[in-house]
Amino acid sequence: MKLLEYQAKEILASLGIPIPPGMVARNAAEAAAAFSKLGPVAVKAQVPVGGRGKAGGIKLAKTADEARSAAAQIIGMDIKGFKVPLVYCESALDIEREIYLGFTVDRDARANILMLSAKGGMDIEQVADETPDAIARLYPNPWRGPLDFELTQLAFDAGLGELARPLTALVKKLYRAIPDYDALTAEINPLVVARNGDVIAGDAKLEVDDNAAWRHKDLEQRYGSVLEGDPYEVEAKKRGLTYVSLDGDVGIIGNGAGLCMSTLDLVQRAGGGAANFCDIGGGAKAEVVENALAVILMNPKVKGVLINVFGGITRGDEVAKGIVTARDNLKMKLPLVVRMSGTREEEGREILRQNGIEPGASAWEAAKKIVKLTRAGVPTPAAARPDLPGERGGEA
Amino acid sequence: MSILLDSTTRVIVQGITGREGSFHTEQMQSLGTRVVGGTSPGKGGTTQLGVPVFNTVADAVEATGANASGIFVPAPFAADAIMEAAAAGIKLIVCITEGIPIQDMIRVKDFLRGYPEARLVGANCPGLITPGQAKIGIIPQRITRPGAVGMVSRSGTLTYEVGSALSAAGMGQSTIVGIGGDPVLGMTFSDVVQLFEKDRATTHLVLIGEIGGSDEERAAELLGRGTRLKAVAFISGRTAPEGKRMGHAGAIISGNRGTAKSKEEAFRQAGVAIAETTDDIVGLLQ
Repeated sequence: MKLLEYQAKEILASLGIPIPPGMVARNAAEAAAAFSKLGPVAVKAQVPVGGRGKAGGIKLAKTADEARSAAAQIIGMDIKGFKVPLVYCESALDIEREIYLGFTVDRDARANILMLSAKGGMDIEQVADETPDAIARLYPNPWRGPLDFELTQLAFDAGLGELARPLTALVKKLYRAIPDYDALTAEINPLVVARNGDVIAGDAKLEVDDNAAWRHKDLEQRYGSVLEGDPYEVEAKKRGLTYVSLDGDVGIIGNGAGLCMSTLDLVQRAGGGAANFCDIGGGAKAEVVENALAVILMNPKVKGVLINVFGGITRGDEVAKGIVTARDNLKMKLPLVVRMSGTREEEGREILRQNGIEPGASAWEAAKKIVKLTRAGVPTPAAARPDLPGERGGEA
Repeated sequence: MSILLDSTTRVIVQGITGREGSFHTEQMQSLGTRVVGGTSPGKGGTTQLGVPVFNTVADAVEATGANASGIFVPAPFAADAIMEAAAAGIKLIVCITEGIPIQDMIRVKDFLRGYPEARLVGANCPGLITPGQAKIGIIPQRITRPGAVGMVSRSGTLTYEVGSALSAAGMGQSTIVGIGGDPVLGMTFSDVVQLFEKDRATTHLVLIGEIGGSDEERAAELLGRGTRLKAVAFISGRTAPEGKRMGHAGAIISGNRGTAKSKEEAFRQAGVAIAETTDDIVGLLQ
């Protein structure tokens, strides 16, 4: 889960990291109220994606009216596919210098990497590209976390030796986001050194591991419902599905990320476009298949659905039962092509046949078939049922 | 011959009394895998599928001489199960469980440095199979047949897809290894390729990668330095949209690596054929 800036800052504050005074505003009146408490503020769009400044999502307000109109403009705005649900009004900082501080998972090293640079700010990726040595790096031991002397070294390596003491303390606090919140990425950019010497988080980005949600139920409760993203993705998340909306019109259900991705590739190769990525994972139960289909059918752009299930831990008979029940429960009228193989595949295919769904041959054949059916355009009730034109029975 | 696993490997199943654990243990046994026991804390002393159940892996190893383990326990307990196996002296640890928190796996990887002889396959993987001899995990036996193609894959279901196409074309496999799709996992493409390189029974190699990370690029570099294997690679996710990025940290460490394009280019430079679809793999191997 990617947290919004104000949520990330609440968490940083809970770890003891200084943040500027700020208030959330859900409408123009709340922004004006925030101004009356805080004085001049930056009114900042809250979206879980970078580049909001360039998209016009940050405005400075020197009067209550400016705060009001900034909030009115920004709330509801679309930034890279996210509708801005609210703004964060934050006191401006008296900036002396800007530092970059962050950690993330370095998957090649199979470890967390801490990064610190004196050249913080918007151009940090350019810094990484042109002068990689300007970013000091440390792989902390994952059991005990970074030690003081390692962080002192990190600060000196970054050319920030004079700040070694406050930085060591601050980085240790930030690192707590790993054991305490299962954070995968945390970034403070800029980390502001104010003219009075205070070190304060100017911005904050935080992503926590969805796989660890069971350890942090409070996080989901506090922050999970704020964001109005893509409505299908929101619904899919409620139903516990791995789902990403795409631009095409062929709904896709697959088991396993690799198979699902290659199914998207095949649909595009066949001249179509996938409406979504939906991985129902191993051990797909009837209920999961129905949930997936229900979410996909919510999207009016979808003209047909391709289900590609190759089972290992997934049992073909259960998947088939799920598909039949889902189709019937949802009164699905659109073309449906099912490609199924794997554990208990014969039982599964038999269940499909008995219920009037012919299993597709290979994934490539199935992709071509669904593209043809959806391109043909007119989804007739007959197409939803037994005899899909050209559908071959049995195995290839 | 084969790599990692054969008919003599003595296998235990951690979580043998669970639904998935018992279902797949039976499948493993039906192929002839030498399953010597299982674990389930609190059920030690009982019998499951004709083999003894132990409370801990250490007990199981002591009683059975097991040297390999398949892990089917739920995600909250899986990281501990991997470390328990390593500490008990298991040399081949295969973790099927999906959804293990990434920070748990990072700690596991660090822990395993203390056990250099223990190899971890996975997690979130289908495991491995040496056709006609043994399997640990969930790869369906029917998609395989004994032969000379070594397969290594990050995807579970795509592995079955390709395995079944190879088998149908008469191209059997020496060993199929599903290394798993998680960001932080055990054996890498390079680790497995090196083993296939040394296995005389393996003459061909199929690599099934996907976007993200740069393990494929590293394996390509390795193969580019010279190989006796005829190799084909397939990368899924060409049309996957880029994730909506939030911070810069990921870009700082990975740059342009990790895309389907970068991986395919790396394999091409190494002289490895690239399959456009999984259906093309058989033709390219011949």
